[in-house]
Amino acid sequence: MNARDPRALDVNGLTIRTDQGRTLVSDLSFSINAGSRLGLVGESGSGKSLTALAVLGLLPPGMNASGSIVLREAPDAPGTEVIGATEQRLTGLRGRAATVVFQEPLTALDPLMRIGGQLAEPLRRWRGLRGPALRRAVAEALEQVRLPDPDRITRAYPHEISGGQRQRVALAMALACDPALLIADEPTTALDVTVQSEVLALLDGLVAQRGMALLFVSHDLAVVSSVTDHVLVLKDGAAVESGSVDDIVRRPQHPYTRDLVDSARHLESALERIVR
Amino acid sequence: MTTPIPATPAPGPRAADSAILAARDAGFAYRGAPPVLHGVSLDITAGRSLGLVGESGAGKTTVLRLLLGLTRPTSGRILFDGDELRLRDREQMRRFRRGVQSVFQDPYSSLDPRQRVSGIVAEPLRSLGLSRPVARGEEDPRVAAALEAVGLPADAARRYPHEFSGGQRQRIAIARATVCEPRVLLADEPVSALDVTTRVRIVDLLIELKETRGLTIAMVSHDLSVVAALCERTAVLEHGRVVEQGDTASVLGSPSHPYSRRLIASVPRLPSPKSP
Repeated sequence: MNARDPRALDVNGLTIRTDQGRTLVSDLSFSINAGSRLGLVGESGSGKSLTALAVLGLLPPGMNASGSIVLREAPDAPGTEVIGATEQRLTGLRGRAATVVFQEPLTALDPLMRIGGQLAEPLRRWRGLRGPALRRAVAEALEQVRLPDPDRITRAYPHEISGGQRQRVALAMALACDPALLIADEPTTALDVTVQSEVLALLDGLVAQRGMALLFVSHDLAVVSSVTDHVLVLKDGAAVESGSVDDIVRRPQHPYTRDLVDSARHLESALERIVR
Repeated sequence: MTTPIPATPAPGPRAADSAILAARDAGFAYRGAPPVLHGVSLDITAGRSLGLVGESGAGKTTVLRLLLGLTRPTSGRILFDGDELRLRDREQMRRFRRGVQSVFQDPYSSLDPRQRVSGIVAEPLRSLGLSRPVARGEEDPRVAAALEAVGLPADAARRYPHEFSGGQRQRIAIARATVCEPRVLLADEPVSALDVTTRVRIVDLLIELKETRGLTIAMVSHDLSVVAALCERTAVLEHGRVVEQGDTASVLGSPSHPYSRRLIASVPRLPSPKSP
Protein backbone atom coordinates (compact mmCIF):
# COMPACT_ATOMS: atom_id res chain seq x y z
CA MET A 1 0.00 0.00 0.00
CA ASN A 2 2.97 2.30 0.58
CA ALA A 3 4.92 3.32 -2.47
CA ARG A 4 8.64 2.84 -1.93
CA ASP A 5 10.27 6.03 -0.83
CA PRO A 6 14.06 6.07 -0.55
CA ARG A 7 14.19 9.06 1.81
CA ALA A 8 15.17 8.18 5.35
CA LEU A 9 14.75 11.84 6.28
CA ASP A 10 12.71 14.47 4.50
CA VAL A 11 12.76 18.00 5.90
CA ASN A 12 10.45 20.58 4.36
CA GLY A 13 10.21 24.25 5.21
CA LEU A 14 11.59 23.70 8.70
CA THR A 15 11.39 26.89 10.76
CA ILE A 16 12.44 27.09 14.39
CA ARG A 17 11.31 30.01 16.54
CA THR A 18 11.67 30.95 20.15
CA ASP A 19 8.53 31.62 22.17
CA GLN A 20 9.47 35.31 21.94
CA GLY A 21 9.16 35.05 18.18
CA ARG A 22 12.82 35.14 17.20
CA THR A 23 13.50 33.00 14.15
CA LEU A 24 16.53 30.75 14.62
CA VAL A 25 16.15 28.51 11.58
CA SER A 26 14.10 29.58 8.60
CA ASP A 27 12.50 27.59 5.83
CA LEU A 28 15.06 24.82 5.62
CA SER A 29 14.46 21.92 3.23
CA PHE A 30 16.62 18.86 2.55
CA SER A 31 16.35 15.11 2.38
CA ILE A 32 18.68 12.17 2.87
CA ASN A 33 18.15 8.84 1.11
CA ALA A 34 18.88 5.54 2.81
CA GLY A 35 22.60 4.92 2.47
CA SER A 36 23.42 8.56 1.65
CA ARG A 37 25.31 11.12 3.68
CA LEU A 38 24.71 14.81 4.12
CA GLY A 39 27.01 17.24 5.91
CA LEU A 40 25.44 20.24 7.63
CA VAL A 41 28.14 22.91 7.80
CA GLY A 42 28.08 26.30 9.45
CA GLU A 43 29.68 28.50 12.08
CA SER A 44 28.44 29.03 15.61
CA GLY A 45 24.88 30.33 15.63
CA SER A 46 24.08 29.00 12.17
CA GLY A 47 21.35 26.70 13.50
CA LYS A 48 23.00 23.44 12.50
CA SER A 49 22.70 21.79 15.91
CA LEU A 50 19.13 23.02 16.42
CA THR A 51 18.22 21.43 13.11
CA ALA A 52 19.72 18.13 14.27
CA LEU A 53 17.81 18.33 17.56
CA ALA A 54 14.56 19.17 15.77
CA VAL A 55 14.86 16.01 13.64
CA LEU A 56 14.72 13.94 16.83
CA GLY A 57 12.03 16.10 18.43
CA LEU A 58 14.54 17.19 21.06
CA LEU A 59 14.32 20.98 20.84
CA PRO A 60 14.81 22.60 24.23
CA PRO A 61 11.81 24.17 25.97
CA GLY A 62 10.99 27.63 24.70
CA MET A 63 11.56 26.73 21.05
CA ASN A 64 9.14 25.32 18.58
CA ALA A 65 9.39 23.97 15.08
CA SER A 66 7.03 24.34 12.17
CA GLY A 67 7.12 22.84 8.69
CA SER A 68 7.60 19.14 8.21
CA ILE A 69 10.16 16.53 9.26
CA VAL A 70 9.45 12.97 8.09
CA LEU A 71 11.49 10.00 9.30
CA ARG A 72 11.24 6.63 7.56
CA GLU A 73 12.59 3.43 9.09
CA ALA A 74 12.77 1.59 5.76
CA PRO A 75 12.06 2.53 2.13
CA ASP A 76 8.80 0.55 2.21
CA ALA A 77 7.71 1.72 5.64
CA PRO A 78 5.31 4.61 6.12
CA GLY A 79 6.98 7.85 7.12
CA THR A 80 6.34 9.45 10.47
CA GLU A 81 5.92 13.18 10.97
CA VAL A 82 8.10 14.38 13.85
CA ILE A 83 6.65 17.87 14.27
CA GLY A 84 3.63 17.71 16.53
CA ALA A 85 4.17 14.02 17.36
CA THR A 86 3.44 12.90 20.92
CA GLU A 87 6.37 12.15 23.22
CA GLN A 88 5.35 8.48 23.15
CA ARG A 89 5.47 8.40 19.37
CA LEU A 90 8.87 10.15 19.41
CA THR A 91 10.27 7.65 21.89
CA GLY A 92 9.29 4.94 19.45
CA LEU A 93 11.18 6.69 16.66
CA ARG A 94 14.37 7.48 18.54
CA GLY A 95 16.81 4.64 18.44
CA ARG A 96 15.28 2.92 15.41
CA ALA A 97 14.31 5.55 12.87
CA ALA A 98 17.05 7.93 13.98
CA THR A 99 19.69 8.25 16.67
CA VAL A 100 22.29 10.81 17.56
CA VAL A 101 25.89 11.01 18.69
CA PHE A 102 26.75 14.32 20.33
CA GLN A 103 30.03 16.22 20.61
CA GLU A 104 30.58 15.48 24.26
CA PRO A 105 30.09 11.77 25.03
CA LEU A 106 29.97 12.46 28.77
CA THR A 107 26.60 14.14 28.33
CA ALA A 108 25.26 11.02 26.60
CA LEU A 109 26.49 8.63 29.27
CA ASP A 110 25.15 8.22 32.80
CA PRO A 111 28.12 8.81 35.12
CA LEU A 112 26.74 6.43 37.78
CA MET A 113 26.15 3.45 35.51
CA ARG A 114 28.67 0.96 34.18
CA ILE A 115 29.18 1.00 30.42
CA GLY A 116 27.76 -2.51 30.07
CA GLY A 117 24.52 -1.53 31.75
CA GLN A 118 24.06 1.55 29.58
CA LEU A 119 24.68 -0.38 26.40
CA ALA A 120 22.30 -3.12 27.49
CA GLU A 121 19.41 -0.70 27.92
CA PRO A 122 18.50 -0.13 24.26
CA LEU A 123 19.19 -3.78 23.46
CA ARG A 124 16.84 -4.93 26.20
CA ARG A 125 14.18 -2.44 25.37
CA TRP A 126 14.13 -2.64 21.61
CA ARG A 127 15.47 -6.05 20.80
CA GLY A 128 13.98 -7.79 23.85
CA LEU A 129 17.28 -9.48 24.71
CA ARG A 130 17.82 -11.01 28.15
CA GLY A 131 20.48 -12.98 30.01
CA PRO A 132 23.38 -14.52 28.06
CA ALA A 133 21.99 -13.29 24.72
CA LEU A 134 22.01 -9.73 26.09
CA ARG A 135 25.58 -10.09 27.38
CA ARG A 136 26.68 -11.42 24.02
CA ALA A 137 25.01 -8.52 22.21
CA VAL A 138 26.74 -6.00 24.51
CA ALA A 139 30.13 -7.60 23.82
CA GLU A 140 29.41 -7.59 20.07
CA ALA A 141 28.39 -3.95 20.16
CA LEU A 142 31.67 -3.04 21.85
CA GLU A 143 33.71 -5.11 19.42
CA GLN A 144 31.98 -3.47 16.53
CA VAL A 145 33.27 -0.04 17.57
CA ARG A 146 36.69 -1.66 18.03
CA LEU A 147 37.06 -1.13 21.73
CA PRO A 148 39.92 -3.13 23.10
CA ASP A 149 39.35 -5.38 26.11
CA PRO A 150 35.52 -5.35 26.05
CA ASP A 151 35.35 -7.15 29.40
CA ARG A 152 37.08 -4.30 31.17
CA ILE A 153 35.07 -1.62 29.34
CA THR A 154 31.78 -3.36 30.16
CA ARG A 155 32.54 -3.09 33.88
CA ALA A 156 34.01 0.44 33.70
CA TYR A 157 32.25 3.68 34.59
CA PRO A 158 32.38 6.48 32.00
CA HIS A 159 35.05 8.42 33.91
CA GLU A 160 37.36 5.42 33.86
CA ILE A 161 37.79 5.38 30.08
CA SER A 162 39.29 7.94 27.68
CA GLY A 163 37.37 10.50 25.64
CA GLY A 164 37.87 8.54 22.43
CA GLN A 165 36.67 5.35 24.10
CA ARG A 166 33.60 7.17 25.46
CA GLN A 167 32.74 8.40 22.01
CA ARG A 168 33.03 4.83 20.72
CA VAL A 169 30.64 3.70 23.46
CA ALA A 170 28.22 6.50 22.54
CA LEU A 171 28.44 5.34 18.92
CA ALA A 172 27.84 1.71 19.95
CA MET A 173 24.72 2.83 21.87
CA ALA A 174 23.48 4.84 18.93
CA LEU A 175 23.90 1.88 16.61
CA ALA A 176 22.44 -0.72 19.00
CA CYS A 177 19.01 -0.67 17.40
CA ASP A 178 20.12 -0.50 13.78
CA PRO A 179 18.81 3.00 13.09
CA ALA A 180 17.87 4.06 9.59
CA LEU A 181 19.45 7.47 10.16
CA LEU A 182 22.45 8.36 12.28
CA ILE A 183 22.84 12.00 13.27
CA ALA A 184 26.37 12.91 14.33
CA ASP A 185 26.64 16.39 15.85
CA GLU A 186 30.31 17.43 15.95
CA PRO A 187 31.15 13.87 17.01
CA THR A 188 34.92 14.32 16.89
CA THR A 189 35.34 17.99 17.81
CA ALA A 190 36.27 17.21 21.43
CA LEU A 191 38.79 14.53 20.44
CA ASP A 192 42.49 14.70 19.69
CA VAL A 193 43.36 14.68 15.98
CA THR A 194 44.79 11.17 16.02
CA VAL A 195 41.69 9.87 17.83
CA GLN A 196 39.49 11.96 15.55
CA SER A 197 40.83 10.25 12.46
CA GLU A 198 40.26 6.81 14.01
CA VAL A 199 36.69 7.60 15.06
CA LEU A 200 35.91 9.11 11.63
CA ALA A 201 37.24 5.99 9.90
CA LEU A 202 35.15 3.82 12.21
CA LEU A 203 32.01 5.89 11.63
CA ASP A 204 32.62 5.82 7.89
CA GLY A 205 32.98 2.02 7.86
CA LEU A 206 29.93 1.32 10.02
CA VAL A 207 27.65 3.64 8.08
CA ALA A 208 28.74 2.02 4.81
CA GLN A 209 28.44 -1.51 6.15
CA ARG A 210 24.91 -1.00 7.45
CA GLY A 211 23.61 1.15 4.63
CA MET A 212 22.51 3.81 7.10
CA ALA A 213 21.72 7.39 6.20
CA LEU A 214 24.05 9.88 7.87
CA LEU A 215 23.47 13.50 8.85
CA PHE A 216 26.85 14.86 9.88
CA VAL A 217 26.86 18.25 11.59
CA SER A 218 30.15 20.13 11.87
CA HIS A 219 31.87 23.49 11.69
CA ASP A 220 34.88 21.82 10.08
CA LEU A 221 34.63 21.60 6.31
CA ALA A 222 37.67 19.34 6.05
CA VAL A 223 36.15 16.81 8.47
CA VAL A 224 32.78 16.95 6.73
CA SER A 225 34.31 16.44 3.32
CA SER A 226 36.11 13.34 4.55
CA VAL A 227 32.90 11.51 5.53
CA THR A 228 29.99 12.87 3.49
CA ASP A 229 29.21 13.19 -0.19
CA HIS A 230 26.81 16.15 -0.05
CA VAL A 231 27.00 19.35 1.92
CA LEU A 232 24.45 21.94 2.98
CA VAL A 233 25.94 25.23 4.14
CA LEU A 234 23.99 27.16 6.78
CA LYS A 235 24.36 30.75 7.86
CA ASP A 236 22.18 32.52 10.42
CA GLY A 237 19.60 29.75 10.27
CA ALA A 238 19.16 29.68 6.51
CA ALA A 239 20.61 27.51 3.76
CA VAL A 240 23.06 29.44 1.59
CA GLU A 241 24.27 26.68 -0.70
CA SER A 242 24.11 22.94 -1.16
CA GLY A 243 25.76 20.47 -3.47
CA SER A 244 28.28 17.70 -3.73
CA VAL A 245 31.37 17.96 -1.54
CA ASP A 246 33.37 18.36 -4.71
CA ASP A 247 31.35 21.31 -6.00
CA ILE A 248 31.16 23.06 -2.64
CA VAL A 249 34.86 22.73 -1.92
CA ARG A 250 36.20 23.30 -5.43
CA ARG A 251 33.61 25.61 -6.93
CA PRO A 252 31.78 27.42 -4.15
CA GLN A 253 29.16 29.79 -5.61
CA HIS A 254 27.86 31.76 -2.66
CA PRO A 255 30.20 34.42 -1.22
CA TYR A 256 29.77 33.02 2.31
CA THR A 257 30.71 29.49 1.20
CA ARG A 258 33.70 30.97 -0.62
CA ASP A 259 34.73 32.75 2.58
CA LEU A 260 34.47 29.47 4.54
CA VAL A 261 36.49 27.51 1.98
CA ASP A 262 39.08 30.28 1.59
CA SER A 263 39.53 30.57 5.36
CA ALA A 264 40.04 26.82 5.71
CA ARG A 265 42.52 26.81 2.80
CA HIS A 266 44.26 29.89 4.13
CA LEU A 267 44.91 28.11 7.43
CA GLU A 268 45.95 24.91 5.70
CA SER A 269 48.34 26.69 3.37
CA ALA A 270 51.13 27.18 5.92
CA LEU A 271 51.07 23.47 6.73
CA GLU A 272 50.77 22.46 3.07
CA ARG A 273 54.04 24.21 2.36
CA ILE A 274 55.84 22.07 4.89
CA VAL A 275 54.00 18.77 4.57
CA ARG A 276 53.78 17.78 0.95
CA MET B 1 42.02 36.96 1.83
CA THR B 2 43.21 34.23 -0.47
CA THR B 3 46.89 34.97 -0.22
CA PRO B 4 48.32 31.93 1.50
CA ILE B 5 49.94 32.34 4.89
CA PRO B 6 53.65 32.04 4.17
CA ALA B 7 55.27 29.16 5.96
CA THR B 8 57.54 30.66 8.58
CA PRO B 9 60.90 31.24 6.91
CA ALA B 10 63.89 29.11 7.68
CA PRO B 11 65.93 30.86 10.35
CA GLY B 12 69.12 32.62 9.40
CA PRO B 13 72.31 32.18 11.37
CA ARG B 14 71.46 32.72 14.99
CA ALA B 15 73.16 35.65 16.65
CA ALA B 16 73.86 35.30 20.35
CA ASP B 17 70.40 34.00 21.08
CA SER B 18 70.28 33.44 24.77
CA ALA B 19 66.82 32.26 25.70
CA ILE B 20 64.35 34.74 27.20
CA LEU B 21 62.54 31.88 28.81
CA ALA B 22 63.70 28.30 29.20
CA ALA B 23 62.80 25.05 30.88
CA ARG B 24 65.76 22.99 32.06
CA ASP B 25 65.06 19.34 32.76
CA ALA B 26 61.75 20.41 34.29
CA GLY B 27 59.48 17.83 35.84
CA PHE B 28 56.12 18.22 37.50
CA ALA B 29 53.99 16.01 39.71
CA TYR B 30 50.84 16.68 41.67
CA ARG B 31 51.19 15.79 45.33
CA GLY B 32 51.09 12.05 45.85
CA ALA B 33 50.65 11.34 42.15
CA PRO B 34 53.05 10.08 39.50
CA PRO B 35 54.81 12.82 37.52
CA VAL B 36 52.98 14.36 34.57
CA LEU B 37 56.12 15.96 33.11
CA HIS B 38 59.56 14.38 32.83
CA GLY B 39 62.78 16.23 32.09
CA VAL B 40 61.35 18.87 29.77
CA SER B 41 63.97 21.21 28.28
CA LEU B 42 62.81 23.99 25.98
CA ASP B 43 64.17 27.38 24.89
CA ILE B 44 62.15 30.40 23.89
CA THR B 45 64.53 32.74 22.11
CA ALA B 46 63.68 36.13 20.62
CA GLY B 47 62.15 35.87 17.18
CA ARG B 48 61.79 32.10 17.30
CA SER B 49 58.23 31.38 18.32
CA LEU B 50 57.58 27.95 19.75
CA GLY B 51 54.60 25.66 19.17
CA LEU B 52 53.82 22.95 21.72
CA VAL B 53 51.82 20.12 20.19
CA GLY B 54 50.57 16.78 21.46
CA GLU B 55 47.44 15.00 22.63
CA SER B 56 45.31 16.00 25.57
CA GLY B 57 47.00 14.84 28.73
CA ALA B 58 50.46 15.06 27.14
CA GLY B 59 51.38 17.93 29.47
CA LYS B 60 51.27 20.89 27.06
CA THR B 61 49.27 23.15 29.34
CA THR B 62 51.35 22.15 32.37
CA VAL B 63 54.51 23.21 30.50
CA LEU B 64 52.85 26.52 29.73
CA ARG B 65 51.84 26.99 33.38
CA LEU B 66 55.45 26.42 34.45
CA LEU B 67 56.72 28.89 31.85
CA LEU B 68 54.14 31.39 33.04
CA GLY B 69 55.27 31.06 36.65
CA LEU B 70 51.88 29.86 37.82
CA THR B 71 53.38 26.73 39.35
CA ARG B 72 56.87 25.70 40.29
CA PRO B 73 58.42 22.62 38.71
CA THR B 74 58.89 19.73 41.15
CA SER B 75 62.28 19.05 39.58
CA GLY B 76 64.52 21.04 37.26
CA ARG B 77 64.32 24.79 36.68
CA ILE B 78 62.58 27.54 34.75
CA LEU B 79 64.94 30.28 33.60
CA PHE B 80 64.02 33.88 32.78
CA ASP B 81 66.83 35.82 31.08
CA GLY B 82 69.19 33.14 32.34
CA ASP B 83 68.15 33.45 36.01
CA GLU B 84 66.09 30.88 37.81
CA LEU B 85 62.52 32.08 38.13
CA ARG B 86 61.81 32.73 41.80
CA LEU B 87 58.08 33.10 42.37
CA ARG B 88 58.63 34.92 45.68
CA ASP B 89 61.11 37.47 44.32
CA ARG B 90 58.80 40.42 43.72
CA GLU B 91 61.33 42.49 41.85
CA GLN B 92 62.15 39.67 39.45
CA MET B 93 58.48 38.73 39.08
CA ARG B 94 57.66 42.32 38.11
CA ARG B 95 60.29 42.22 35.36
CA PHE B 96 58.99 38.80 34.39
CA ARG B 97 55.34 39.93 34.10
CA ARG B 98 56.44 42.91 32.08
CA GLY B 99 58.32 40.66 29.68
CA VAL B 100 55.98 37.68 29.53
CA GLN B 101 52.21 37.97 29.06
CA SER B 102 49.51 35.45 28.24
CA VAL B 103 46.34 34.77 26.26
CA PHE B 104 43.96 31.89 26.95
CA GLN B 105 41.61 29.76 24.95
CA ASP B 106 38.21 30.97 26.08
CA PRO B 107 37.56 34.64 25.35
CA TYR B 108 34.36 34.46 27.44
CA SER B 109 35.83 33.46 30.80
CA SER B 110 39.08 35.40 30.51
CA LEU B 111 37.63 38.93 30.58
CA ASP B 112 36.03 40.52 33.66
CA PRO B 113 32.41 41.18 32.62
CA ARG B 114 32.04 44.13 35.00
CA GLN B 115 34.93 46.18 33.72
CA ARG B 116 34.95 48.38 30.68
CA VAL B 117 37.36 47.33 27.95
CA SER B 118 39.59 50.31 28.77
CA GLY B 119 39.94 49.06 32.36
CA ILE B 120 40.63 45.51 31.24
CA VAL B 121 43.31 46.52 28.78
CA ALA B 122 44.94 48.95 31.23
CA GLU B 123 45.16 46.29 33.96
CA PRO B 124 48.75 45.18 33.26
CA LEU B 125 49.88 48.82 33.28
CA ARG B 126 48.25 49.33 36.68
CA SER B 127 49.49 46.15 38.28
CA LEU B 128 53.00 46.60 36.95
CA GLY B 129 53.14 50.17 38.19
CA LEU B 130 53.50 51.55 34.67
CA SER B 131 50.46 53.82 34.78
CA ARG B 132 51.07 57.44 33.92
CA PRO B 133 48.93 60.26 35.26
CA VAL B 134 46.32 61.35 32.73
CA ALA B 135 43.69 64.07 32.92
CA ARG B 136 40.30 63.16 34.40
CA GLY B 137 38.06 61.45 31.87
CA GLU B 138 41.00 60.71 29.66
CA GLU B 139 42.66 57.40 29.26
CA ASP B 140 46.22 56.26 28.80
CA PRO B 141 47.11 56.63 25.11
CA ARG B 142 48.80 53.22 25.29
CA VAL B 143 45.37 51.61 25.80
CA ALA B 144 44.00 53.21 22.66
CA ALA B 145 47.15 52.24 20.78
CA ALA B 146 46.86 48.61 21.93
CA LEU B 147 43.20 48.47 20.87
CA GLU B 148 44.03 50.00 17.54
CA ALA B 149 46.87 47.52 17.01
CA VAL B 150 44.45 44.62 17.35
CA GLY B 151 42.00 46.21 14.94
CA LEU B 152 39.22 47.21 17.34
CA PRO B 153 37.18 50.39 16.74
CA ALA B 154 38.10 53.49 18.76
CA ASP B 155 34.87 53.40 20.78
CA ALA B 156 35.61 49.86 22.01
CA ALA B 157 37.37 51.21 25.11
CA ARG B 158 34.14 52.52 26.64
CA ARG B 159 32.14 49.34 26.09
CA TYR B 160 31.79 46.10 28.10
CA PRO B 161 33.00 42.62 27.08
CA HIS B 162 29.47 41.23 26.53
CA GLU B 163 28.99 43.67 23.67
CA PHE B 164 31.64 41.88 21.64
CA SER B 165 31.76 38.66 19.63
CA GLY B 166 34.15 35.82 20.45
CA GLY B 167 36.74 36.98 17.91
CA GLN B 168 36.59 40.57 19.16
CA ARG B 169 36.94 39.38 22.75
CA GLN B 170 40.06 37.48 21.80
CA ARG B 171 41.35 40.73 20.28
CA ILE B 172 40.67 42.47 23.61
CA ALA B 173 42.60 39.71 25.41
CA ILE B 174 45.49 40.19 22.98
CA ALA B 175 45.39 43.96 23.46
CA ARG B 176 45.59 43.45 27.23
CA ALA B 177 48.50 41.05 26.83
CA THR B 178 50.44 43.36 24.54
CA VAL B 179 49.77 46.77 26.13
CA CYS B 180 52.93 46.62 28.27
CA GLU B 181 54.98 45.59 25.23
CA PRO B 182 56.09 42.17 26.46
CA ARG B 183 58.80 40.24 24.67
CA VAL B 184 57.01 36.89 24.93
CA LEU B 185 53.34 36.02 24.57
CA LEU B 186 52.36 32.65 26.05
CA ALA B 187 49.13 31.41 24.51
CA ASP B 188 47.06 28.34 25.31
CA GLU B 189 44.99 27.37 22.27
CA PRO B 190 44.42 31.06 21.41
CA VAL B 191 42.25 30.42 18.35
CA SER B 192 40.63 27.04 18.86
CA ALA B 193 37.40 28.40 20.34
CA LEU B 194 36.88 30.61 17.29
CA ASP B 195 35.01 30.01 14.04
CA VAL B 196 37.21 29.37 11.05
CA THR B 197 36.72 32.76 9.39
CA THR B 198 37.51 34.50 12.70
CA ARG B 199 40.42 32.15 13.37
CA VAL B 200 42.13 33.23 10.16
CA ARG B 201 41.88 36.88 11.19
CA ILE B 202 43.33 36.29 14.66
CA VAL B 203 46.20 34.22 13.23
CA ASP B 204 46.90 37.07 10.79
CA LEU B 205 46.83 39.54 13.69
CA LEU B 206 49.35 37.47 15.65
CA ILE B 207 51.61 37.26 12.59
CA GLU B 208 51.42 41.03 12.29
CA LEU B 209 52.28 41.54 15.97
CA LYS B 210 55.28 39.25 15.55
CA GLU B 211 56.49 41.30 12.63
CA THR B 212 55.76 44.81 13.87
CA ARG B 213 56.42 44.42 17.60
CA GLY B 214 59.09 41.76 17.54
CA LEU B 215 56.81 39.65 19.72
CA THR B 216 57.83 36.03 20.30
CA ILE B 217 55.01 33.56 20.83
CA ALA B 218 55.04 30.30 22.75
CA MET B 219 51.81 28.54 22.05
CA VAL B 220 49.96 25.36 22.86
CA SER B 221 47.84 24.25 19.94
CA HIS B 222 46.27 21.08 18.67
CA ASP B 223 45.95 22.72 15.26
CA LEU B 224 49.13 22.07 13.30
CA SER B 225 48.19 24.58 10.61
CA VAL B 226 48.17 27.35 13.20
CA VAL B 227 51.55 26.19 14.51
CA ALA B 228 52.96 26.10 10.98
CA ALA B 229 51.71 29.65 10.38
CA LEU B 230 53.02 31.17 13.60
CA CYS B 231 55.94 29.19 15.00
CA GLU B 232 59.53 28.87 13.82
CA ARG B 233 60.06 26.00 16.24
CA THR B 234 57.89 23.08 17.29
CA ALA B 235 58.12 20.68 20.23
CA VAL B 236 56.08 17.50 20.29
CA LEU B 237 55.00 16.20 23.68
CA GLU B 238 53.82 12.69 24.44
CA HIS B 239 53.04 11.37 27.95
CA GLY B 240 54.83 14.30 29.59
CA ARG B 241 58.04 14.02 27.57
CA VAL B 242 59.33 16.07 24.67
CA VAL B 243 59.73 13.37 22.05
CA GLU B 244 60.87 15.67 19.27
CA GLN B 245 61.73 19.35 18.87
CA GLY B 246 63.35 21.52 16.27
CA ASP B 247 62.56 23.84 13.36
CA THR B 248 58.88 23.61 12.47
CA ALA B 249 59.70 22.85 8.86
CA SER B 250 61.67 19.76 9.80
CA VAL B 251 59.51 18.56 12.72
CA LEU B 252 56.27 18.82 10.72
CA GLY B 253 57.85 18.26 7.30
CA SER B 254 59.94 15.21 8.08
CA PRO B 255 59.03 14.03 11.56
CA SER B 256 61.37 11.45 12.99
CA HIS B 257 59.34 10.24 15.97
CA PRO B 258 56.50 7.79 15.18
CA TYR B 259 54.06 9.77 17.30
CA SER B 260 54.81 13.01 15.41
CA ARG B 261 54.27 11.15 12.16
CA ARG B 262 50.91 9.84 13.33
CA LEU B 263 49.90 13.32 14.50
CA ILE B 264 50.68 14.91 11.15
CA ALA B 265 49.02 12.14 9.14
CA SER B 266 45.81 12.59 11.16
CA VAL B 267 45.18 16.23 10.25
CA PRO B 268 41.97 16.42 8.23
CA ARG B 269 42.49 18.21 4.93
CA LEU B 270 40.20 19.64 2.32
CA PRO B 271 40.19 17.94 -1.08
CA SER B 272 42.75 19.66 -3.31
CA PRO B 273 41.38 22.73 -5.09
CA LYS B 274 41.98 21.29 -8.56
CA SER B 275 39.50 18.82 -9.98
CA PRO B 276 40.84 15.28 -10.13
